[in-house]
Amino acid sequence: MKEPLLSIRNLTVSFDTARGPFKAVDGVDLDVAPGELVAIVGESGSGKSVAMLAVMGLLPWTATITADRLSFDGHDLLALAPRERRRIIGRDLAMIFQEPMSSLNPCFTVGFQIREAMKAHLDLSRAERQARAVELLELVGIPEPERRLRAFPHQLSGGMSQRVMIAMALACNPKLIIADEPTTALDVTIQAQILDLLLRLQKESGVGLVLITHDMGVVAETAQRVCVHYAGQQVEMQPTRGLFADPHHPYTAALLAALPERAKGRILPSIPGVVPGLADRPQGCLFSPRCRFATETCRRVPPPRMGSELGLALCHYPLVEGVPQNREIAA
Amino acid sequence: MLKFFIRRVALTVPTFVALMFVTFVAVRLVPGDPIEARTGERGIAPERLAQLRHQLGLDQPVWKQFLDYANGLIHGDFGVSIVTKTPVLHEFATLFPATLELSICALIFAVVLGIPAGVIAAVKRGGIIDHAVMTVALAGYSMPIFWWGLLLIMFMSEYLGLTPVSGRMDLINYYFEPVTGFMLIDSLLSDQEGAFGAAVAHLILPSIVLGTIPLAVIARMTRSSMLEVLGEDYVRTARAKGLSPLRVVGLHALRNALIPVVTVIGLQTGTLLAGAVLTETIFAWPGVGKWLIESISRRDYPALQGGIMLISGIVILVNLIVDMLYVAINPRIRHG
Repeated sequence: MKEPLLSIRNLTVSFDTARGPFKAVDGVDLDVAPGELVAIVGESGSGKSVAMLAVMGLLPWTATITADRLSFDGHDLLALAPRERRRIIGRDLAMIFQEPMSSLNPCFTVGFQIREAMKAHLDLSRAERQARAVELLELVGIPEPERRLRAFPHQLSGGMSQRVMIAMALACNPKLIIADEPTTALDVTIQAQILDLLLRLQKESGVGLVLITHDMGVVAETAQRVCVHYAGQQVEMQPTRGLFADPHHPYTAALLAALPERAKGRILPSIPGVVPGLADRPQGCLFSPRCRFATETCRRVPPPRMGSELGLALCHYPLVEGVPQNREIAA
Repeated sequence: MLKFFIRRVALTVPTFVALMFVTFVAVRLVPGDPIEARTGERGIAPERLAQLRHQLGLDQPVWKQFLDYANGLIHGDFGVSIVTKTPVLHEFATLFPATLELSICALIFAVVLGIPAGVIAAVKRGGIIDHAVMTVALAGYSMPIFWWGLLLIMFMSEYLGLTPVSGRMDLINYYFEPVTGFMLIDSLLSDQEGAFGAAVAHLILPSIVLGTIPLAVIARMTRSSMLEVLGEDYVRTARAKGLSPLRVVGLHALRNALIPVVTVIGLQTGTLLAGAVLTETIFAWPGVGKWLIESISRRDYPALQGGIMLISGIVILVNLIVDMLYVAINPRIRHG
């Protein structure tokens, strides 16, 4: 593996709430190589967006971020002064958000918002910025780019808005794009288009892409590597093929079993229960209340991190070919 | 846009009719009439009283008086002042620039301080600055204008001797004929050294007093509007571009936060003109507010009715302009 572009070790984000601190992200590790496509999957509330917002420095002041390492392109993001950090954010590191309609400022034209990042980061003349904006809109497949640049966001559809957001992210030729569920808010028919566009652009430009999603189907088709998050913790990370062939964490296995394509019986399997919140956090393994294989140990003792041969699974009894391991030792 | 405008203008007609009726009735509900007010304790012979009443049309049935008054208004006739015998419109036009000058300065004071204060409070929410701004705003909003005015005169004029106590100009040192009616402009036109400075000095305290309530309202409105906008996704997008906090807050957030604030500023014209009545009385400011107060004590029915109608008309007009402005700054309505 090449020198990673983005390197995260033991990232923890906690929020001050009225009932005490809440760990939204708990010990997440991630490396992304230049040009690599990594997917982060997990249910709503599993902290996958928050972890990436922490990388971008976009969390509100109530968030406390700690990490053993949080580096991007040779810069230590934790040590960087805000002014220095702003030189990287938006230029080398861009983000695409979940809600395209509300992510564009209603008071400014599309053109203004696309040109703005270039004005902040690139040494281009007004005419060059305009030309680049037209070029970008063509790139993301928006017809009549000159006219669209003069449009206001409310005059665009959701799919169109997300194309504009992608154009904005690409404006300064970033090295890494973080796409936070870029298709979730869109119509099903548009979702495939936007995803195809994103993947085509990623392939063409060789930009690194972190794709946050809760759609395992999307992951199977696109990513080289997959991170599975559960309740703020990273429970497994594997190359995509390996993850689909032999999931090591019971949560990953349950997620895969819930895919309609993989369902064997007439009833689609589901994972009982919900992600624990602030009040009902289990003592041991956070997944233990919902886990098929959970034992007394799981409920009491926080699980260890397995080696990379077991997908870095955070589990007492990681699965191999669907069978829990180590059981006899622990019992 | 044109349809919106026409509908908006048409909606003001019932307002005017209601106003006409209310002012007419309210003015007559005050005990006494113009002649009694003028004769005072001396008294007047009953025959003479009847004669004067007949001259002014006060002996006619009230409904007849109302119809005459309404008929006059429709033809643009605001009547003639019983006391000064000059047309009400002419008196109003002579005095209004003084009120307008004061109101504009007060509004500038309120906007220039209120919007930044609200923005800073929102950005530093929960902090010391936020609490300080909101406490001062609440105090300013609750303080009676006349008391606040007297306090300022006592401190600034009497104790520190920084500003004049009352009036618009040092009439002993400077005299010039009104050209525009705005003292700031006229004093510059007069070419008299120090006249402009004197005009500014006279404006400071009344502007602060009159601008205090709008300042409080604008600061609070800006803060709450800003707090809402700062949580929006597009503010996060702006920050994700690596823009400076000044640009994120001052451009991306403020532009959206100002939309409700502009409406509130428009609504403050009513507060300003109502406050002008008190402020002008405290500072002996020769504007329409002071004139209205004097007209009340003289029971000058035409002056009161006409004056209130004219002021109301201005408030309605300003709100109309604000609605248009609202359309201009909010593209969602412009293209809706």
